[in-house]
This record gives sequence, structure tokens and C-alpha cells, in this order.
Amino acid sequence: MRLRWVAVWRRNMLVWRKLMVASVLTNLADPLIMLFGLGYGLGALLPSIEGMPYIAFFAAGSLCTATMYTASFESMFSGFSRMHGQKTWDAILYAPLVIDDIVAGEMMWAASKAWLTGSTILAVIVVFGFAASPLVLLSVPAAFLVGLVFSSIGLVMTVLARNWDFFSFYMTLVMTPMTMISGVFFPAERLPAPLLAVAQALPLYHGVELVRPLIAGRLPEQPLLHALVLLGYAAAGYSLAIYFARRRFSE
Amino acid sequence: MNVLAARGVRKSYGANEVVSGIDLRVASGECFGLLGPNGAGKTTTLKLCLGLIKPNAGDIELLGEPVPRRAREARTRVGVVPQFDNLDPDFTVAENLLVYGRYFGMKSGEVKPRIPALLGFAGLAGRADSRITTLSGGMKRRLTLARALVNDPQLVVMDEPTTGLDPQARHLIWERLRRLTQQGKTLVLTTHFMEEAERLCHRLAILDNGRIIAAGSPRTLIAEHIESQVVEVHGAGYAAWMERAKAICPRVERAGDTVYCYAEDAAPVLQSLAGQSELAYLHRPASLEDVFLKLTGRDLRD
Repeated sequence: MRLRWVAVWRRNMLVWRKLMVASVLTNLADPLIMLFGLGYGLGALLPSIEGMPYIAFFAAGSLCTATMYTASFESMFSGFSRMHGQKTWDAILYAPLVIDDIVAGEMMWAASKAWLTGSTILAVIVVFGFAASPLVLLSVPAAFLVGLVFSSIGLVMTVLARNWDFFSFYMTLVMTPMTMISGVFFPAERLPAPLLAVAQALPLYHGVELVRPLIAGRLPEQPLLHALVLLGYAAAGYSLAIYFARRRFSE
Repeated sequence: MNVLAARGVRKSYGANEVVSGIDLRVASGECFGLLGPNGAGKTTTLKLCLGLIKPNAGDIELLGEPVPRRAREARTRVGVVPQFDNLDPDFTVAENLLVYGRYFGMKSGEVKPRIPALLGFAGLAGRADSRITTLSGGMKRRLTLARALVNDPQLVVMDEPTTGLDPQARHLIWERLRRLTQQGKTLVLTTHFMEEAERLCHRLAILDNGRIIAAGSPRTLIAEHIESQVVEVHGAGYAAWMERAKAICPRVERAGDTVYCYAEDAAPVLQSLAGQSELAYLHRPASLEDVFLKLTGRDLRD
């Protein structure tokens, strides 16, 4: 595929640059309040988990969920507004771009924005001394991968959506329960076996499993497996988004 | 050379056939109009020609490229003005042009020098930094036209370019479109304003129920399909007068409380009206609107 999608990415980047300060603050405020509030508040009541203070344990989950939420909000709410409300996609389609280029550009953009959220939280983690070694830097590409997964899935929802309410099903029925069982707040291994199996079939768990050891200063035990699951979700999401987008736009 | 050629093009949505076998040819440098009542299939026809949707049957060639297979390549040399403005509300006037140019693979450095001339053409010089929401309907339409020209296209396709505009804004658009034809660009537009079609288009096709029911220059359409004179009559007693008019006029129609008399020679009709002080009348040459109403009927379409 040629790099035609870059023009779509740059369009979104130009809008973001105008609203950069507000955008960064709103994307970071929530996860950082959670990180410090829960990390220090709840952490004070808890003994160390897996050999680290609770806040350092929770940092990995916080990084991954914040990345997931940024990717999802951008690809669903902002994406739907561009596609449906503003008809920006229609205007782009008169130019020599096809719907595949738009889906690719939107996916890469949402993943980039999510990656920025993840990386900034990582910087906070490092500055506050929760990271044990420079190995933590490997979380940077991991955050992009997590962003890619949830951008592509978010876009599937967007090109299927007929109205805004559609997204709340995915958010309340998929994202929220997944966050609970994916080892974000507590080790997933404490879950009953069937729930753990569900978590292991979902992408967020694998993101957390990649990032947590890196923050603790170790290499993940099965880095390839986790990376492949995430890549698989991203590829499947991307293909489905293209399939449904073609059906929606060029029938 | 044909800029656009379509043969036997069909498009259905479920059981509903929207375009039922259309043949079109648009020559280079020509302004071609697609006329038709609401729901006739005008917009669908344009989308098919641009390769935005796939036909169920037929062949389309746009600027020498087969469509939809190589529609993307063809669109590098086409500008599009859609029926509903979809300017980017997140951007200023100039940014809209910059971002749009990049969709054509142009570098920022290539687009930026073109922006002042495009804004000048659109009558928007000095509004480069305005937000889209502050523009009037006419300004938005002109900016959409400027956006369609950002890639210096050979062909500009416009879907109802002046619908919803006031007369001043409409005349300005017409003047700009004529300028584009003088520059050698080919124009394809849809409209249901007969005046617009008559003023701008070298050739027209009248579309109804997905079929082309007449085609030709505005003058030949009038000459071929309708009597040259029209007398419109209304006022008290028009119904009784209409019965008498039928004897002296070859074609008499009624719409509401107005009687339309079509004739090559209107003198007998005018004579019969001479003593009728309660009847008001208007004698005028036949227009494209008369052809349109004759061919597509007077019933409401929506």
C-alpha cells in the first residue's frame, strides 16, 4: 500500500496541533489522577504486589488503559464525527484517495495519539521513580501496539455505527469488563480460571503483561506471544474496518 | 476527445433501480448539464461517473480511464463540488485548501503559492484566516468551488452548485463558471434551475426516473419539444375561457388556476383575450422550463 493515508493522518494532526494543550491535558488528567489517587491511596493499605509497591504495579495497567481509552475515543467519537457529522470522509473521497486510505490514516492517527498518551504516562512513571531500569523504554513500542489494536477495533465500531449510542454498547459491555479482568488493578492470576481464560483471549491483558515486567526491570516471559496476539488483533480489526467501510461507502 | 463517456449504465439499490441504462458523452471544453426533478437519479449518476459507487452494468470512461477500476487515477484530474457543503469546520479558509491539496499528493509548498489566486477567484481574498462557521452560504459555496480547483483539474463536476443561494451569490457563481469554461475546463453540473442550465450549458440531458428522456443544446431542446410561444392566463372565468381556447390553440394545459397555451402563432389566443378584462395574461417565448415540465410532467416529486 502506498502512503496515501499520510495526508489523512496529517489532516488530523493539524487539527490536534491547534487544540494541543487542551487535548493533552484531558487525555492525561484522568489516568494520572487514577494513577496517583489509587496508587497512593489504595496502595497505602496494601502490601507490595509481585514484589513491587502497588503504585508501580498499577502503573503498567494505567499506561495500557489510558492508551486504550485514547485510541478508542479518537477512533470512535472523533472518527464518527468526521465520518458522519462533518462528512469529512466524503470530501476526501472526491480526491484520489479510496476508503481504505482513510481507514488506514484514521487508524494510524488514533494509534499515534494513543501512543503519545502512553508515552507521557511512561515519562511520569520514570520521573517519579517507579521504573526499575532502562528496560522500561521498551514500553514505548508496546504502547503503540496497544494503540493500534484499539484504534482498529474502534474503527470497526465507527464504520458500523448508525448513531452515537452504538458506542456505549462496546464501551460498557466490552471495554469496562475487560479492564476489570486484564490485570490492570490486581493480578489477573487471582481470577477464577474461566475468567482468566477470557482475559487471556482479549488484547488488553497482553498489553499489561508486556509492560508490567518492563517497568519492574525484567523482560516479559513470553514477549513474542503477547506481541503476536496484539498484532493479530490489530490486523483483524484493520481488515474488518476496511471490509465494513467499503460496504458502507462504495456499495 | 470525450472527457466522460458512459454507456448502458445501471445502478439499483435492492429492488429499486435508480439509474436505468444511461448513455452520456461529454466533450472536452464543454459545459454539460444534467437536469431532472428531485429523485431522478442525477446525484447517483455523478457518483457513478466519479467511481464513488459501483454500477450494476455498463461502461464508464473518465478522462480516458476505465471507471470504477481506475477511478482513483482519473480523479487526480477532476474537481468535485458536492451538493451539500462538506468544508472542514476544524480549519480556516486557507487551511481547507492546503489540506485538500495534500489529498491530491501535493506538497504543502506546492499548494500554498496557489492559495491566494484560488481565494481571489472565489471572491474570498482577505478571508484566508476566517473560520468556516463565519462564512455565509454563498461564501462556502465559492470556497467549495475553489477547493475543487486546487489540483488544477481538467474536469469540474458540480452537483447543484447554486441550490439555496440568493440571486447575487448565484450570479457570481455563474460568472465564475463561465470563466472556467473560457479557460478550457470541462464542466458537468446537475441542476433543477432551468435558467441556470439555459445560461451556462452548451448541452443538456434531461433525466427522469433514471433514464435520459431528451438531450441536446438548450435551443434545440426548445425547438424540438415545444411550441415557440406561450400565453399564461389566469383570473376569474379562466375555466370557461379555457374551453374556448382549446379550439384556437394547439395545446392547452391547466395547472392550478393558470391556463398555459402553447402555439407557434399566439395571435389568435391574444385576440380572444383582448376583450376579457377579468383575465390577466402573460405572453412570452417558450423556455427550457416549459420543455422540462412537458417532458417530466407537472406532478410534485418528493
